[in-house]
Amino acid sequence: MSGFGSALLNSLDIGLLLFVIAVGLNIVFGVLNVINFAHGALYMLGAYLAFTLMNLLGLSFIVALIVAPMAVAVIAVLIDRLVLRYIYERDIADSLLLTFALLLIINESVRMIWGSGIHTVQPPEMLRGSVELFGDARYPVYSLFVIVVGLVLVAALWFIFNRTRAGKIMRAAALDRDMAEALCINTKLVVTGVFAFGAWLAALGGVVAAPMRALDPGMGDKIIIESFIVVVIGGLGSFPGALAGAMVLGLIHGLGGRYLPEINLLLPFVGMALVLLFKPNGLMGKGANV
Amino acid sequence: MSDPILKIHNLTKRFGGNTAVSGINLEVAPRETLAIIGPNGAGKTTFYNMVSGRMVPTEGSIELNGQDITGLKPHKISRMGVSRSFQLNNIFPEMSVRQNVEVALSAYHGYSRKLFNIASGNKKVQDEADELLERLSIGDLSDQRAGIISYGDKRLLEIAVVLATKPKLVLLDEPTAGMTPDETRRVTRLIRSLADSGDYTFLITEHDMGVVFDLADRILVMHRGESLVVGTVDEVKNHPEVKKAYLGEDDEDDNDREAAV
Amino acid sequence: MKSAIIVGALLLTVVLLIALPWYAPYFYIFIGTEILIMGLFAASFNLVFGYTGMLSFGHAAFFGIGTYATAMLLLHLQWPLLACLAVSMGVGALLALVIGFMSVRLNEVYFAMLTLAFGMMVFSIAHMWRSVTNGSDGIAGFTLGEFGLGIDLTLGNPAVYYHVVLGIVIVAALVLYLICRSSFGMTLQAIRQNAERVSFCGLNIRNYRLAAFTISGAFAGLAGGMMAPFLRVASPEMMHWSTSAEPVLMSILGGTGYFLGPFVGSALFVLLETWITSITQAWMLFLGIVLALMVMFFRRGILGTFLDWWLDKK
Repeated sequence: MSGFGSALLNSLDIGLLLFVIAVGLNIVFGVLNVINFAHGALYMLGAYLAFTLMNLLGLSFIVALIVAPMAVAVIAVLIDRLVLRYIYERDIADSLLLTFALLLIINESVRMIWGSGIHTVQPPEMLRGSVELFGDARYPVYSLFVIVVGLVLVAALWFIFNRTRAGKIMRAAALDRDMAEALCINTKLVVTGVFAFGAWLAALGGVVAAPMRALDPGMGDKIIIESFIVVVIGGLGSFPGALAGAMVLGLIHGLGGRYLPEINLLLPFVGMALVLLFKPNGLMGKGANV
Repeated sequence: MSDPILKIHNLTKRFGGNTAVSGINLEVAPRETLAIIGPNGAGKTTFYNMVSGRMVPTEGSIELNGQDITGLKPHKISRMGVSRSFQLNNIFPEMSVRQNVEVALSAYHGYSRKLFNIASGNKKVQDEADELLERLSIGDLSDQRAGIISYGDKRLLEIAVVLATKPKLVLLDEPTAGMTPDETRRVTRLIRSLADSGDYTFLITEHDMGVVFDLADRILVMHRGESLVVGTVDEVKNHPEVKKAYLGEDDEDDNDREAAV
Repeated sequence: MKSAIIVGALLLTVVLLIALPWYAPYFYIFIGTEILIMGLFAASFNLVFGYTGMLSFGHAAFFGIGTYATAMLLLHLQWPLLACLAVSMGVGALLALVIGFMSVRLNEVYFAMLTLAFGMMVFSIAHMWRSVTNGSDGIAGFTLGEFGLGIDLTLGNPAVYYHVVLGIVIVAALVLYLICRSSFGMTLQAIRQNAERVSFCGLNIRNYRLAAFTISGAFAGLAGGMMAPFLRVASPEMMHWSTSAEPVLMSILGGTGYFLGPFVGSALFVLLETWITSITQAWMLFLGIVLALMVMFFRRGILGTFLDWWLDKK
């Protein structure tokens, strides 16, 4: 039973991390009606910046946790102002193409700056090692930390969306941009702000994930595919959907990794295909149909 | 009414907590022209959306010539002889005016599936398209790119595309919206001649009461999603509630327009 | 008048292409073969994107499965090339039908996501299924035997293979062009410009989209099939999303609005790639920048911008 327990914990920890990343994707979609293909690359950028700050500059994990996401958010603002704003009024396909181009640019830039090799980041002193759980199973402290961070973020995001003015504005802008503009909500500011916020979340996910995973220039690709699967399973444009989708995918990884390791890589796609066939809007989504 | 072309029973549409259309009962006689009026938000477009298949009703039923079409997809309802225009222009902007109509004609004749013919070489379809464009008095525009013709001509083109599939029931959504008085007259005359020809049954939503009184056999007045009254032009004109809720404001508009004309 | 010029230019191009091995340096025979194959790949993508308005980021799956099909048939059964290519077309179409069925009923944002995801799924399968696909090593060691139809050709000679590819691509392009000019093709363009209006004309647009996607998959598979003997290997990289990006960029580069746009884009792309990779490793970076600039400022592409201007002149 202890194996099952740690598999469940694994699911929670993977799922919550995926949630943080996928929700950023979701809110950008909600406001811009565009999927940011470069979202995974921003996550990767966060992780690599953390690596530079911690391993090359000797700064602490806390510093990385604060600085790296901010830096990526600033980059996102630049991307929005200099590049994306040209094509917001155009066909959606143009935005998709542009974020795809950004994906290529960021991926290669990371490869050029940090090399194609694998880098690792150690968790901070306090969070190393493992604890005893469920009898004789040991579980990494850092993974528990990730779970805590994840839960805090879920609560914080829920609060922001449902109880603050900023959240209400974001939801208003997502539902009807023309109306939101008519109500004198400065949509350009909202758009840039949301895009930066989404990038901040992605990079935060990257920093948090860095001590758990090896850093390589392909990590952004892996995570963006996972985010897509989360969003398809959960439903696009929905906060509970992102949570549901992330949890389902977390379970698939956690339990699949333990009990069905050979086809573990394919299970998420199978899950996605099943949802597409029977509930195309996702478990909780709205309006995906043509 | 014997054998109505359209029979609507208790048609209702709710979006979450919001009721857009509530309990509409209506029978439309073949070849009549029924105008639907009501302030913005009265539910006219939602009503159209349900009849044309764009939205699924929450409650109620729609029968076309005795067949239940409630909740069917738009392309299926279209094949059964219903066609509609939209408030915002809904044409193919990068194609020529003639091609716009040819697309609809191809669909109607079943040519759209052909993989190896030359679309522009089909004389029959081209001639039919030209005929239709002539009828709508935009024949001289047939080679122009649809995206750059005037607003009024675009609306006429849309009507041409609507008629190309030879519908029995035509839903026009604010056909004269945004038109100059000249264009409005032109369109009104056109619709009247089409209505008089006896080939079509028209449902027309309109804000311009002059157009309504000109064209309508009967009027359905909608208010807050409900049907206030259905009756002939005179019945509706003299209905106290309608006067109070709706027509009262528009008397001024009528005077303004007459002055401009 | 203008159409006469266009036909003349096309004929001249074909003649120049046929004569290539006799006037160009040897190296360019390989460049030419690659341009032709990738041009067909890009044109198949553009049927779905430029004509029907669906942005697919997973087209490499159909291309890749075509390379594997031909490679495997050549390796294990030594079938004539034409037979292998026919099978490649078939599997490309079949895979497109399956993926398309799940993807076309959703809107364009979902569609872009899904095609990327499914494309990577196919890539993962090719990577993992060592027993069938030989994993990341790919399938190699096959040789070209007969051409088929009793025609005797030394396919091992690069110049001969180039001419074979040229012939097949010209025929395939003609077929694709006929499809684009047909009523079906016109309907696809209408769907791109205003899908809802088309459905209100009585057509089930989902079926049309799926048909376009499937046809596209067939031609992508054909291109992939011709690629296998050219590269002498069928590997999972052929199915990776970075390969899917190539027809996208080629079409944008040449112009998504005209049939020949993707072919022009392919030529530009391959020539640029050959030049850039001799100078630097950062080819993908360059690709991303070019794509971004084209989408922002030159959306109609090189051929597209030129034809827009020239065809509009009096």
